[in-house]
Amino acid sequence: MTIGLTHYLTVAAILFTLGVFGIFLNRKNIILIMMCVELILLAVNINLVAFSAFRGDILGQVYALLILTVAAAEAAIGLAILVVYYRNRGTIAVEDVNMMRG
Amino acid sequence: MDVSFAFFYLFAAVLLGSGFMVVAARNPVHAVLFLILAFVNAAALFLLLSAEFLAMILVVVYVGAVAVLFLFVVMMLDVDFAELKQGFLQYLPIGALIGVLFLIELIAVASFIVSGGKIAGAPLAINAVAQGERNITNVKAIGDVLYTTYVYYFEAAGLILLVAMLGAIVLTLHRREGVRRQSAAEQNARTKLTAVELRKVPFRQGV
Repeated sequence: MTIGLTHYLTVAAILFTLGVFGIFLNRKNIILIMMCVELILLAVNINLVAFSAFRGDILGQVYALLILTVAAAEAAIGLAILVVYYRNRGTIAVEDVNMMRG
Repeated sequence: MDVSFAFFYLFAAVLLGSGFMVVAARNPVHAVLFLILAFVNAAALFLLLSAEFLAMILVVVYVGAVAVLFLFVVMMLDVDFAELKQGFLQYLPIGALIGVLFLIELIAVASFIVSGGKIAGAPLAINAVAQGERNITNVKAIGDVLYTTYVYYFEAAGLILLVAMLGAIVLTLHRREGVRRQSAAEQNARTKLTAVELRKVPFRQGV
């Protein structure tokens, strides 16, 4: 019995589902939502690397590297926006984010 | 093969367990720490897939930068997280329903791909670049294509990071009122005419 591609894909699928589930569960806390997005991106990376290893094609790992870059940039910008928002409003509850509503 | 078998299940179990704890933890600081644990275990899974470079990058970038950034923001913002946790269980049924449906679909698609296609068996050696060289390291294999064929993607990634850095700085730059700052332009613009005032002082009277 060896570890096949299905094992890795299943782990990634469960992790992805946990991320989506977490977004539904913690829909008031935007920091936890961003952490769940990170989990989802991690699951995508596991998928890409698993396919890359089992197909013998390095391109999947190059693509995973680019996703890693985008994830880091997204976290930095998102947390910066969060800090500015907290400075202006004194709260980070998602329900209160309706200043732009007409 | 037995050892990697056991290690796969160990790392996968810890990864999924800590992923669940990220979602379910009461204290957001604990959630970030579990996120770090999940990242480290994902890096271990990458090592099992012989993607050593990405494993190290995952530890350096995710654990060293992203997770610490999260920890920093969670600790810096003085938010009542218990209040945000109110109504936590209200969304549990709909979330669980969508999650289970989604998981079933994903696993069905994944097992269909694997059984229908010819992708099976042990990981192949990376041979996209050098068909002749079998003992090519992972880092060399990535570098061979990343800096030649996909160099524009590499530069685009650098540009994304630059924009993210500038954006974060511009967003969080805080101009305080009433703080005296040095203005080099203003200092350089001073001439003798604006800086020095000459007066005729009458004798024995002072200014």
